[in-house]
Amino acid sequence: MDLLISLIINGLATGMLIFLLAAGLTLIFGLMDVLNFSHGGLFVWGAYTGVFTYIITESFIVGIMVAILTGMVLGFLMEKLIITPVYGNHVQQILITLGFMLVLQEMIKVVFGPNAIPVKVPDYLAGSWEMGEVIIIKYRIFIIVVGFIVFGVFHYILTHTKIGLIVRAGVMNKEMVQALGINIKKVFLFVFMTGAALAAIGGMLMAPYSGSIYAEMGMEFAILGFIVVVIGGMGSFSGSLLAAILVGLAGSFMAYYIPFLSLAVNMILMAIVLIFRPQGLFRMAKE
Amino acid sequence: MEPIIRTKDLSIQFGGHKAVDRVNFEMPEKHFKSIIGPNGAGKTTFFNLLSGELRPTEGDVFFKGESLAKYSSVERTRKGLGRSFQITNVFPNLTVLENVRLAVQSKEKVRFHFIKSYRSYKKITEEALVILDQVLLLNKGEAIASQLSHGEKRKLEIAMLLALDTEVLLLDEPTAGMSLEEVPTILDVIRTIKQRGNKTILLIEHKMDMILDLSDSIMVLFNGKLLADGTPTEIMNNETVQNAYLGGLYDGELVETS
Repeated sequence: MDLLISLIINGLATGMLIFLLAAGLTLIFGLMDVLNFSHGGLFVWGAYTGVFTYIITESFIVGIMVAILTGMVLGFLMEKLIITPVYGNHVQQILITLGFMLVLQEMIKVVFGPNAIPVKVPDYLAGSWEMGEVIIIKYRIFIIVVGFIVFGVFHYILTHTKIGLIVRAGVMNKEMVQALGINIKKVFLFVFMTGAALAAIGGMLMAPYSGSIYAEMGMEFAILGFIVVVIGGMGSFSGSLLAAILVGLAGSFMAYYIPFLSLAVNMILMAIVLIFRPQGLFRMAKE
Repeated sequence: MEPIIRTKDLSIQFGGHKAVDRVNFEMPEKHFKSIIGPNGAGKTTFFNLLSGELRPTEGDVFFKGESLAKYSSVERTRKGLGRSFQITNVFPNLTVLENVRLAVQSKEKVRFHFIKSYRSYKKITEEALVILDQVLLLNKGEAIASQLSHGEKRKLEIAMLLALDTEVLLLDEPTAGMSLEEVPTILDVIRTIKQRGNKTILLIEHKMDMILDLSDSIMVLFNGKLLADGTPTEIMNNETVQNAYLGGLYDGELVETS
């Protein structure tokens, strides 16, 4: 029982980090029809700027704030300079965002140095609770709680605000939204910046969880993010949460029970979903 | 008084075929005009020229005296020239209420104040409910748009058009494809809009009883040309119209209702 709970908490925590990355990806793809392969770069830049701020100021919260700010600024610049010229052209999008991913990754090494940087969990989140046999690591619970809060807030915005309605309608049919006279370009920028900020938060939260940060972590996590977007259904926000939790749990359980399959488990999951539900678990009709 | 909408020598040519041929027409504000004519007479093409979906090869459209040549269809909607949407353009996965709300809120600029956004969100919902009531869809507000019947979808289209709150409504065969039972309700909806008296309405329709009941004036298109334009009585008694319809060129409803 204690093992089961540990594995579940582990899986949920990892799942939440992937969700933070995938949530932005899925909305950007669904609404703007943009395949953003440099999303992992935002994740790693969030982690580095956040961690350095955390080390200098000794405040984890300020670190998270700076990570969010970095994500938004980078998101703004990316949308304006990199994405806008290639709207509607998938091949160019893949090439330029993949290239920009490499630029972001190498720039990390230039600015922050090439070595991995160890990161400690802040004191108030360090340690664990013991409940009988079960040991619950506080920081993992923290990640899970943050993940659910982010989901709750964005779910509320999507379903209960005017901008949310535009985003949901835009995912279905953006030409029609424009035909109503709504300036969807502004909404694109907003979604892109928000997605970037979520990825940056994910990177920052990831840092103490894995114990160190390194330039390539963005690319590694971005792949998980893409898998989650495919499984959850492109453009579906709720779908990305469910899929991220699924991927997190699968990874956690496989790593314990069938270790040699743990790297392949996500691919297997994706293959199964693609065979039986090619549109993803949550379908967003594009009609 | 300057007519709210006017065309001058409006023409469009597809290859060698003149679909709309030098149509000069005008209508005053808050007027109800119907367009009739046999299939292929150029009625829908004429609408497309007014709304900006198509660009004329010759001539121009004027809205309150201003040439619309340089405006896209979206800009024309913003100016006050609204065209009914095609069913395929309703958002299938949103609820009926959400569809209308989106149209209501499209009148304002996109803003990112989430707190304020919530307060005005309530106001917009109320406005959308009023419109749904007008088109007799109030009890369907929470239904997903794709699950509506054909007639209900047409009503939703009209609701979205009303939500945009344009001065001019262009209605392209709102009863097309409807079952006989559904026609009277859509007729009620249009009659209510007319009676409220603040809209200028241009209607394409085949059902003559409906046209005679609603219209202040009727214009007849034939082979792209404006054949006649006048009050319902004038049109019914117009010899050219009668010849065009009764001369075997058209065996439509005019025969049955006259």
